[in-house]
Amino acid sequence: MTQQETGPRTGSGTPTGKGHARPAARRRSAYPYALYLPAAVVFVVIFLVPTAMAFYFALTRWTLFDSEFVGLQNFRDFLAEQNLRIGFQNTIIYAVVTSGLKVVLGLLLGVLLTSRLKVRGFLRSVVFFPTLVSTVAVGITFAMLLKPQTGLVNQALALVGIDGRDWLGDAATALLSVALVDVWKGVGLATVIYIAGIMSIPTEYYQAVAVDGGGAWHRFRHVTLPLSWPATYSVIILSFIGGLRSFDLIWTMTRGGPGFTSDTIASIIYKQYQAGFFGLSTAGNVILFLVVTAIAVPLNYYLGKRQVAA
Amino acid sequence: MKTSHRVLGAALAALTVAALTSCGSGSGAGSGAADGSVTLKFLVDNSQATVDTAKALADAFMKANPTIKIETETRPGGSEGDNIIKTRLSTGDMSDVFWYNSGSLLQALNPAQTLVDLTGDPVLQNVQKDFLPVVSQDGKVYGVPAGTAMGGGILYNRKVYEQLKLEVPKTWDAFMANNAKIKAAGIAPVIGTYKDTWTSQLFVLGDYYNVQAAVPTFAQDYTANKAKFATTPAATAGFQHLADVHAKGYMQEGFGSATNDQGMKLLVEGKGAHYPMLSAQLPPLVATMPQAATDVGFFGIPGTDAAKNGATIWEPAGIYIPKTTENLDAAKKFLAFVASPAGADAVNTAVPPAGPYRINGAKLPEDAIQAAKDLQVYVDEGRTAPALEFVSPVKGPSLEQITVAVGSGLTPPAEGAAQYDKDVEKQAKQLGLAGW
Repeated sequence: MTQQETGPRTGSGTPTGKGHARPAARRRSAYPYALYLPAAVVFVVIFLVPTAMAFYFALTRWTLFDSEFVGLQNFRDFLAEQNLRIGFQNTIIYAVVTSGLKVVLGLLLGVLLTSRLKVRGFLRSVVFFPTLVSTVAVGITFAMLLKPQTGLVNQALALVGIDGRDWLGDAATALLSVALVDVWKGVGLATVIYIAGIMSIPTEYYQAVAVDGGGAWHRFRHVTLPLSWPATYSVIILSFIGGLRSFDLIWTMTRGGPGFTSDTIASIIYKQYQAGFFGLSTAGNVILFLVVTAIAVPLNYYLGKRQVAA
Repeated sequence: MKTSHRVLGAALAALTVAALTSCGSGSGAGSGAADGSVTLKFLVDNSQATVDTAKALADAFMKANPTIKIETETRPGGSEGDNIIKTRLSTGDMSDVFWYNSGSLLQALNPAQTLVDLTGDPVLQNVQKDFLPVVSQDGKVYGVPAGTAMGGGILYNRKVYEQLKLEVPKTWDAFMANNAKIKAAGIAPVIGTYKDTWTSQLFVLGDYYNVQAAVPTFAQDYTANKAKFATTPAATAGFQHLADVHAKGYMQEGFGSATNDQGMKLLVEGKGAHYPMLSAQLPPLVATMPQAATDVGFFGIPGTDAAKNGATIWEPAGIYIPKTTENLDAAKKFLAFVASPAGADAVNTAVPPAGPYRINGAKLPEDAIQAAKDLQVYVDEGRTAPALEFVSPVKGPSLEQITVAVGSGLTPPAEGAAQYDKDVEKQAKQLGLAGW
C-alpha cells in the first residue's frame, strides 16, 4: 500500500539524493511470460474489466436485463441525495475519531507493552486479539452488549449507579458508539505497529537522556514520541482510509440508523444498491473511489516523504 | 439506447464455467426418467412460514400425483433474495416453479419476457378475480396466490383490553384515549421495534385504507406524479400518527434497538398492548406460545371517521413458472393444485393461516388464530383495501429509515412526508415511469 524503501539501510548517513534508485539494468524476468498468463487473465477478467465497466455503467440506468444511457444523471441524482451531507459528515467524523483514538491509545499501549512487564507477552496477545475476530461477529456481539435493559454494558453501569441509555437506538450516541467499538477492534493493530516502531528506536538515545538526568517523562516526550513518528503515519493512513470506507461495523450495528443519523457514504451506496438502483449506486461508488483517492494519495505522498526524512 | 445484457451475461457465465473447468454433470433438473416421472424444482424464500407452507403443498401434491416429485430449495428473503431471483431468471437458471412477491416487486421481474403467461388458463379457475391484478402486467396474468392474505394494522393484546375494559377503537382519537389508559395501568401502549427498520412503516403503509377512503383517486394520481404524501392531508396523517405516539411517550423503553421478534413477544406476553404489524407474524409463534392464537387480535389503523373504518390488507405472494422450464405441464398441474381448496386444506394442516385465502371455496379452519378471524370480518363486510404497493408501482426504498426518524422524534412529520416524496421521485425516475 505505502511505497516504502525496502532495501536495508546501510550506514548512518541520509540516502543519497536519488529517491527511487533502481538497479541499472532491468532484471530479466525469471519466468517465461506464459506462466504469468493465468494470473493475468484472472486479474483482467475479475478486476480490470469490472472496474472499467463500472465507469461506463455509472452513466446508465441498468437492470440485469438491459441498460439505458443517461449521461451524468446518476451523478446529479446521487449528489442530490437528501442524506448525503449527513453521510459525508458522519464519514469524516468517524474517520477522524477512530484514527485519532487509535493513535493515542495505540501509542500508550505500545509504550506499556514495550516496558519490562512480566506479563508483557500475554498482554500483547490480549490487545491484538480483537483484530483477529470477524468484524461482523464483533458488531453483532456489541449490539447485544449495548442493549438498553438487558445489555451487559448498562447492567455494569447500573451497578455503579449510572443509568445507561439506549446507545445504538439513540441518535445522539449511535455513531460514536460504533466508532468506539471500531477503536476497540482496531487498536490492537495500531499497538503492534507502535511496538515495532518503539523497539526500533536505538537504546543510545535513552542512555543519553539518562546521562543528562532526564526522567521518564523526558524519555517519552523527547525520544519515544518523535522517533515513533513513522509508526504514527502508518497508523493514521491505515485507520483513516479504513474509516472513510467504513461499512461492515456500521451496517451490523445500526444499519445507518436510527433514521439516517449514522449513515456513511458506504451505507448510503449500499442502500441504493439494495433498492435496485444499480446505476445510481455505481455512480456513488465511482464518487467514493474518487474521494478516497483524492484524500489518500496526497496523504500517502506527504506522510511517505516525512517517513523517509524521519 | 437499450442494449441487451443477456448475451454479455451468457458470455460471462460461459467464461466462468470454462475457467472453473470441471463443473461436471449437469443437475439434470426435470429430465423425465424412464418411468415417466418428473421432478419439479420449487424455489421459495427461507422464512419459516413460507418453508412450512411450501412443504405442505409439495407433500400433498406428491401424494395425489405419484409421478411428479417436487424438490424445494430455499433462498434468502429481502433485497438479497430479489437479486437472486432476477439473476437466475436472466441467466435462464430458474427452477421450474418459484414463490415470489406479488404487486410492485413482480413488475420489476419483467414478467412479459421471463414468465409463462397464464391468462385464461384453467389453472386460474379457482382464483378470486380481485387477486389477479396483483400478479398481472398489461392485462396478462402470471401467477397463482400462495398462502393467505394478511392484514397490516394494529395487533392488540385482548387480555389487556379485557382487564382495562377497553373497546376496539374506531377513530384515531379513541385509539389515543385507549393508549392513555393503558399507560396509566403501567403497560407500554405501543410497541416500537426500530432495530428492524421495516417494522416502523406500518403506521404509514397500514393507513392506506383511510387514505383511499378520503381520496379515492390517490393511487392513480400518485403513480402519475400528481398527488404527493406531503400535500395530501389524509396521506400525511400516517406520518403524524407516528410522531404523536412518540411525542406522548407511548412506546416501550428501548424501542430504538428492539427487534421484531422481541416486539411480538412483548405483545403476546401482554407487556405491550398494541403493535402496528402484519398479521402474518403471528402463526409462527403459535407453536412456542399457544396464547398467540387466542390472546392477540387485529384491528385496522383507525382514521378520522368512525363510519368509514376499515383495514389495509397485503395480498398473498404468487407462485410463477419461468419460460425456461422444461416441465410446463407438470408445473401447471402443481399451480392448479396450489390454487384449489384442496391446496388450502393442505396448508391449513401445516401453518395456521394469517388471513383469508384468495381461492374460491377455501375456508379458514375453525381453530384459526383470532387475528385471522378478526381480519375475515373486515373482508366479509367489504371494508378492506389492498396496500398502496399493490395498486401502484411507486414505492420509495428509504421509507423505513424516514419512518424511524419520524417515529423517534428526529424529523417532524411534515418534513418526513416531504422526504418520502423525494425518495419516491428517485425511484420513479430509476424505473423510467411516465410523468416523472
